[in-house]
Amino acid sequence: MHLDLNTIWFILVGVLFTGYAMLDGFDLGVGALHLFTKDDQERRVLLNSIGPVWDGNEVWLVTAGGALFAAFPNVYATIFSGFYLAFYLLLAALIFRAVAIEFRSKQPMRWWRQMWDVSFSGGSILAALLMGVALGNIAWGVPVDVNGEFDGTFFGLLKPYPLLIGVTTVALFMMHGAIYGVMKTEGALHDKLRRWAMNCIIFFVMCAATTTMATLLYVQHMADRVRENPWLFSIVLVNMLAIANIPREFHLNHDRRAFLSSCVAIITLMLLFGLNLFPNMVYSLPNPEYSLNIYNAASSQKTLGIMLVIACIGVPVVIAYTVCIYWIFRGKVKLDRMSY
Amino acid sequence: MDVLTLSRIQFGATVGFHYIYPPLSIGLGVMLVIMEAAWLKTKNPIYHQMARFWTKVFALTFAIGVATGIVMEFEFGTNWATYSRFVGDVFGSALAAEGIFAFFLESGFLAVLLFGWDKVGPRMHFFSTCMVCLGAHFSAVWIVVANSWMQTPAGYHIVGEGMHARAEVTDFWQVVFNPSSMDRLFHTVCGAWQTGAFLVISVSAWYLLKKKHVEFARASLRVGLIVALVAALLQIISGDSSARGVAKNQPAKLAGFEGLYNTTSNAPLVLVGYVDEKNQKVVGIAIPDMLTMLVYREFNGVVTGLNDIPPADRPPVSASFLFFHGMVGIGFTTFAIAVLGCFYLWRGTIAKKRWFLWILVFSVLGPELANEMGWFAAEVGRQPWLVWHELRTPEGLSAVVKADVVLTSLILFTFIYFLLFAVFIYLLNDKIQHGPHDDDLIPSGKLALPDELTEHK
Repeated sequence: MHLDLNTIWFILVGVLFTGYAMLDGFDLGVGALHLFTKDDQERRVLLNSIGPVWDGNEVWLVTAGGALFAAFPNVYATIFSGFYLAFYLLLAALIFRAVAIEFRSKQPMRWWRQMWDVSFSGGSILAALLMGVALGNIAWGVPVDVNGEFDGTFFGLLKPYPLLIGVTTVALFMMHGAIYGVMKTEGALHDKLRRWAMNCIIFFVMCAATTTMATLLYVQHMADRVRENPWLFSIVLVNMLAIANIPREFHLNHDRRAFLSSCVAIITLMLLFGLNLFPNMVYSLPNPEYSLNIYNAASSQKTLGIMLVIACIGVPVVIAYTVCIYWIFRGKVKLDRMSY
Repeated sequence: MDVLTLSRIQFGATVGFHYIYPPLSIGLGVMLVIMEAAWLKTKNPIYHQMARFWTKVFALTFAIGVATGIVMEFEFGTNWATYSRFVGDVFGSALAAEGIFAFFLESGFLAVLLFGWDKVGPRMHFFSTCMVCLGAHFSAVWIVVANSWMQTPAGYHIVGEGMHARAEVTDFWQVVFNPSSMDRLFHTVCGAWQTGAFLVISVSAWYLLKKKHVEFARASLRVGLIVALVAALLQIISGDSSARGVAKNQPAKLAGFEGLYNTTSNAPLVLVGYVDEKNQKVVGIAIPDMLTMLVYREFNGVVTGLNDIPPADRPPVSASFLFFHGMVGIGFTTFAIAVLGCFYLWRGTIAKKRWFLWILVFSVLGPELANEMGWFAAEVGRQPWLVWHELRTPEGLSAVVKADVVLTSLILFTFIYFLLFAVFIYLLNDKIQHGPHDDDLIPSGKLALPDELTEHK
């Protein structure tokens, strides 16, 4: 593998989407679990556990989208126009959940809070599901014609395999969110979240096993690289060990390490996805020769170079202050009058 | 309706709705920096109370701004895929830079601004407020640069032909400093400062009328009016500079703004009026020769009229004229309000002028409307081009998107926007009715230790 600018940008876009999955993943997961508790105080604690950070987490998606637009405009154009309705539904879900966080606790009325709770939770689940379905379609293959344009329909996107990936994504984020919740809460809610986290792990492992089988049986091109390079199987092992490590860390009362394990699980999954997709970005089915890859879909070398400079200046700074901000808000959630 | 019309309506609605909020965030950001600086400097608790209260309003506008902003980023790809392919190399970089330099900064430090009052010291909190404000301004920089490149493209060349033609960067700094970007950035940011300042003014005037939170309202009004006056003064300079840029770089657009059909060396400046498109003339009050004067700074100089521009390249005249003159008219009105407000403030009689306070209560609508009209003038005036003299608007559409799906998303999002707007107004009103918190006059947590701050010096 030759490390040219196109490959670097494939990796960087991947890093941005992985950062998004790892960070917004837990707050989408917290959203998905939100309705499982009926207690207003507990719901507030859950909301405030993600309160200071969810906004910044969502910026990873915005920046990943921007980077995709800039580095691979053809991928951006084909996918966004092709997945038109699905993406508008995703936007609606993200909007409802975002404003629900902001609005929910502004009024004491029961109906008001219930309405925004449902909107927060429903929006989170739908967003996770749709992102999974989109990812699943990329893995399965998308009908792309000779001009690089999408040549399918909205309902064509709802095939069983992408839907399975969608459910798996919801399960993954629920697990991740539950573990994040364990880390951020105390008392009865903490114990409750631990039970949920264990159930979510079971749910996720079932989904992951099914997805793996389905991939090996029906989407073989998504296993080619690992098949050809057996040493890459170590990534699969790391993934499984990371998940197995979560209950162990719970047992040892290392909640933060449990969360880090969950992060490692997400990173390895995205890594496997990226490795098997590479060098394609949109795999064309049934005509693989029309696939959009990191060369025929990319911006000019000049632009990729300029953007690499921007990324080299910007990304380290972003990571530095993001870490600082997470550090400032470390520890258990305490409700005060600035809380949601 | 066809897919072009629907897509244009949808984009106009998305941007128009989104743009209610960013100027408030940018302007309030500046107000928050000033208030918090005043609190750190003077230790007067009223400034602390102000910063706390306006932070809550800021959070509300920011949340909706982000939620509606993501839609725009998606919409380039969903509805304008061919445009995205054409400009991705240039426009995409600016958008990505906005994400990396602006949004992360803004949203990251917003956490500290909103929730960090008791977790970090006063200086760290002030630093966070400054970073949020800076992030908001960076975001204006990159998005205005990107849009200006569509108005006055520079630093690029066209590669490929027909369906596969696209613009590629040849000189990044020429892209950033294209002929209109700095003027338009200056103009946009001044408009945003006015918006933030006038929101503070409006709410404060309301409290004074209702005789509630009087001390708080007086202090807020003072800060608001001074910022409004400074921004309005700068706005006149930036507006003049922007318009001269349009005359030089986009003559067809200027002719549309002024409804000027015949090329002439004594072009009049219309104050109020409308365009009679059929008879190709403007009906209204005009100052003779003034447009020539403003453009060339002397009374001879040729201003191009629409008749010297091919019909296929002309913008919609009536709409351009209306939006442009609406913006200018409202702009000067807000300037007058700011001047009068500062005068009464200086005389110390502002609280007694109830009629004037009532004007102030509604004054925030001024900058908001002017911002909207200004952007509509800029974008309608650019027609029929998406990228000036390179890509026409119909050519930018997505090839695979049909009218019925656009109609579906348009209906869905119109509903969502109305809902969002209703909830925004409801909550904003709720915050205003509750008013500033009296507890904020006694800062708590780490902020309660201003003495310690001085000891460290």
